[in-house]
Amino acid sequence: MAEEEQFNAGGLRVHWQPSDTFKTTTIVLHVKAPLEAETAASRSLLAQVLQAGTEELPSRRKIRYFLDDLYGATFYADVGKKGENHVLTFVMEVASEKYLQNESPLLPKALAFLLSVIQKPNRSEKGFPETIIQEEKQVLMQRIRNIVDEKTRYANIRMLEEMCAEEPFGVHPFGTAEELEALTNQELQETFERMIRNDQFDLFVTGPGTKEEITDAIHSAGENVGSGKTVASTATMHDAPAQVNEVVEKQSIQQAKLHLGFRVPYTVGSREYTGVLVTNGILGAYPHSKLFVNVREKESLAYYAASRYEPYKGIVFAMAGIAPDQYEKAARIMQEQLEAMKRGDITEEELTTTKQMLKNQILEQVDSARGAIEMNYQNVLSGANRTVDDRLREIEAVDMDTVISIAKAIQLDTVYLLTAEEGTA
Amino acid sequence: MEKQHYEQIDETIYMERLSNGLNVYVLPKADHNKTFSIFTTDYGSIDQTFTPINSDQMLQVPDGIAHFLEHKLFEEEDGSDAFDMFSKRGAQTNAFTSFTRTAYLFSGTSEVEANVETLLDFVQSPYFTEETVENEKGIIGQEINMYNDDADWRLFFGLISALYKNNPVRIDIAGTVQSIDDITKDMLYTCYQTFYHPSNMVLFVVGPVDPEETIQLVKANQEQKSFPEADTLARTYGAEPQESFEREKKIEMNVQTPKCLLGYKEPNEQYPLPGLAYELGVQLLLDVMFGLGSSTYEKLYKEGVIDNSFSADFTMERSFGFSAIGGDTKDPDRLVSLLNETVDAYQQQGLGEEEVRLAKKRKIGTFLKQLNSPEFIATQFTRYEMNGDTLFEVVPTLEKMTIGDLENILNRHFRPERSSVVKVEGDGS
Repeated sequence: MAEEEQFNAGGLRVHWQPSDTFKTTTIVLHVKAPLEAETAASRSLLAQVLQAGTEELPSRRKIRYFLDDLYGATFYADVGKKGENHVLTFVMEVASEKYLQNESPLLPKALAFLLSVIQKPNRSEKGFPETIIQEEKQVLMQRIRNIVDEKTRYANIRMLEEMCAEEPFGVHPFGTAEELEALTNQELQETFERMIRNDQFDLFVTGPGTKEEITDAIHSAGENVGSGKTVASTATMHDAPAQVNEVVEKQSIQQAKLHLGFRVPYTVGSREYTGVLVTNGILGAYPHSKLFVNVREKESLAYYAASRYEPYKGIVFAMAGIAPDQYEKAARIMQEQLEAMKRGDITEEELTTTKQMLKNQILEQVDSARGAIEMNYQNVLSGANRTVDDRLREIEAVDMDTVISIAKAIQLDTVYLLTAEEGTA
Repeated sequence: MEKQHYEQIDETIYMERLSNGLNVYVLPKADHNKTFSIFTTDYGSIDQTFTPINSDQMLQVPDGIAHFLEHKLFEEEDGSDAFDMFSKRGAQTNAFTSFTRTAYLFSGTSEVEANVETLLDFVQSPYFTEETVENEKGIIGQEINMYNDDADWRLFFGLISALYKNNPVRIDIAGTVQSIDDITKDMLYTCYQTFYHPSNMVLFVVGPVDPEETIQLVKANQEQKSFPEADTLARTYGAEPQESFEREKKIEMNVQTPKCLLGYKEPNEQYPLPGLAYELGVQLLLDVMFGLGSSTYEKLYKEGVIDNSFSADFTMERSFGFSAIGGDTKDPDRLVSLLNETVDAYQQQGLGEEEVRLAKKRKIGTFLKQLNSPEFIATQFTRYEMNGDTLFEVVPTLEKMTIGDLENILNRHFRPERSSVVKVEGDGS
């Protein structure tokens, strides 16, 4: 894939990366603001309402018809967090006319539509249509209520809520059901105006199109949005408490979910970032990692036992699905794996295998348009502008001493257990 | 080596059938970093009653054995496992078991030849002991319990077990904690020898590889190994009635929002169109009637009866076929009655030109999107190949589909006596 070309169109930062590898063009618009309890619900409802209609196509069904006619182009909006940033994401994917008979370029139409979602939404002086607000509130409400129905995801959200109760990172990007219920049309309007004025807009386009095809739509859209300034995004850093925070919650379930939250004082912009990736890899990202080998293969305690690094915040979390009566044993074995790393109990093979896996993952990531875009957005957010080659070189340079010193900086903060009620297991 | 070029989607596929019966396919993708390869046997969870190799007596094995075998093949005689060998080269490996197939795969960006050999070698060198079989029971037991807490999975299996009375498709792919306890190493060897014969398997490689060299490599690898003569393989799935087993079923578990599926079972007779066309036809119909652009979807969404978990799918494999429509809903009864009304209305009035035209367009675009994924191409190509179809015929097959074809399917597939409704509702906890 060619290197990314970046240019500004008004307040819109455009990241253009042509590629003939794909049969479709992918367009992603990320809209970033700080993550705050006060604004999460209104911004997530805004994402729902904006994708339900534009000035020209004022209903979901009209949008659907337009997309179908563009050979089933994909379009959706979502909201998520990248560390302590609240990011609205609008995604489109459209087929290249190269593979279709007698078609004119589809990309300009797709792009113009995607930008109209934020540029020309379906609203009047009175605000957004009240019926759409009500429908989308219901749908979002259901999504919030359903979080508890997916146990692994729920346990992870609860662990983070407990661990980061005093930090923005503890806020769920959807907001709460109560906040959502209370929202008015007026507030939603204000949220929209604030977004257009203050947020950071990054538009990524990658696929087999040409730059000429995207220029017109982009220039007219860019005039509308913000100042083009970057929104500051430094994560708040916290040390682990002197006493580990333990939380046990019960539900009528068969398998217990054990989640451990660790603090690590390095984020994506740090010099140590790549070192943390390797350290986490040895701990629990792969089948050769300590958690998988010791919790699953040796002790047969779990089907999954893994760890993940949240690089925008500085948290490592480990998780396993276990029989409820194995809680103490599993928690002890999981913690022992990190302790072993702190003592330097790591083989050369664990280190080199992890580095191989990480390098491989990066090369695979850029084989997909979404993966390549994600990597570029990480550069935008971290300011660290790592190319694929930089990333591979940085991984190669991580040595045993670095891993041990990073492991020593990882501190257990919270142990969360979602387990069976007595008599239900 | 044969070669087939597909002009419209600009892909070329190379294939050869080796002397031991193994089918090898290679799809070069010069501009990718990653090579993905999948080695599949035509054997899945429904294959529980069969004649073992060199025998003509039917044998019945415990539920979940194909999946158990999938777990155990990663283990090697010297105590290492296949994960280690791939990991050292930075490659990821995995496996899955479906109703009708078991597949082993890797993806990697370096040492592709060594990875292809490892894939062939670990699948073709079974090694189990009583002790390692026992150890696996704990791991799979946790896998089963994880799915038992998953309401969507319970809903889906609830539907299949309501539709089917005898076909083993109604049994959970992993079996139960009790059924896997009966599995022994000897049974695993019997299943292995019967179903993992090269003539019952397909290898697919996609990535920046040279087709000629890749096929030569596989050939050389296979020539070093000896296999028994392929035997005729008889499998039986039980006599399945035309009508659904249970018309309605309720599962109580710990959920906030109820879930509901309406499904239709395919009758056990000749399909009126060839396999690929029939499957695509049902999918098109479901999309016309219940897809994101349909008036039924719009109505249900506006009433707040459904959310974006709603879907309508059709699955057709060796010995069974069924559709499943639904998702999370606060009002399962309202959902089911609107779905039924929609089917009735279409059966009375037929289909419109415009909605069919759009559904075809959407399906073609979606297919092109899927072709960006090497995993999709390799997995689906293998699936179609084992069903006697060709993945790259999807676009022309869709283009040829007529309203008449769809109306035939509409009147045949959607029959109340072959339907079931399954709900998952809160247990008050």
